[in-house]
Amino acid sequence: MRILVQEAPFDVGAEAKAFSEGLSASGAAVTFTGIVRDNAEGNLVEMLIEHYPGMTEKALTKIATEATERWDLEDVLVIHRYGSMKPSDMIMMVATASRHRVAAFEAAEFLMDFLKSRAPFWKQEITKDSASWVASKEEDEDALKRW
Amino acid sequence: MKVVYFAWVRERIGLPKEEVETSAATVADLVAELRTKEERYEVAFSDLSALRVALDQELSDFEASLEGVKEVAFFPPMTGG
Repeated sequence: MRILVQEAPFDVGAEAKAFSEGLSASGAAVTFTGIVRDNAEGNLVEMLIEHYPGMTEKALTKIATEATERWDLEDVLVIHRYGSMKPSDMIMMVATASRHRVAAFEAAEFLMDFLKSRAPFWKQEITKDSASWVASKEEDEDALKRW
Repeated sequence: MKVVYFAWVRERIGLPKEEVETSAATVADLVAELRTKEERYEVAFSDLSALRVALDQELSDFEASLEGVKEVAFFPPMTGG
């Protein structure tokens, strides 16, 4: 298991390759990448992500550990950035590996659902003339119930 | 006790963290104490349903005991991923 919380950009291709090459018993590796999306008005200048140093790492480790307890995973990778990003920048990625694809897909979805509302990150959208905190969505909380 | 704030809670209170002298038994008691301090605390804590709390970096709730707790954090619902 590898958990990285960092300000710097990451190379999703290199990370996915290294993750796959480190496997020996898996037939499936799933990767998901989260990207900064422009806002509804199409004028997003910057996305600022604040986090809670210390708790962030603990929360991500707890979520990833729970995934390894629920599915037969050979490995899990979580990378999540904080700080300043631009539209189309990569915010985060998860990778999961298992003998079969269903477990790898399900575990990746589980990680994403819990990352959204149980890891202490807060997004702020900056436009030319405003800065607004992104509100959590009820559907994100509802998404946890299926697990 | 160390009290830390994030996102708009931090902005409304105007501080990222502070040391608070308190004998509050629960998180709710601490919130009640903070609200009487100054207007900016009253504004930040006016709607508890919009807030989340962590005790020593673990998610908790407003009814939880503060016994043995060193760090309390208040923040809005998280928006990761």
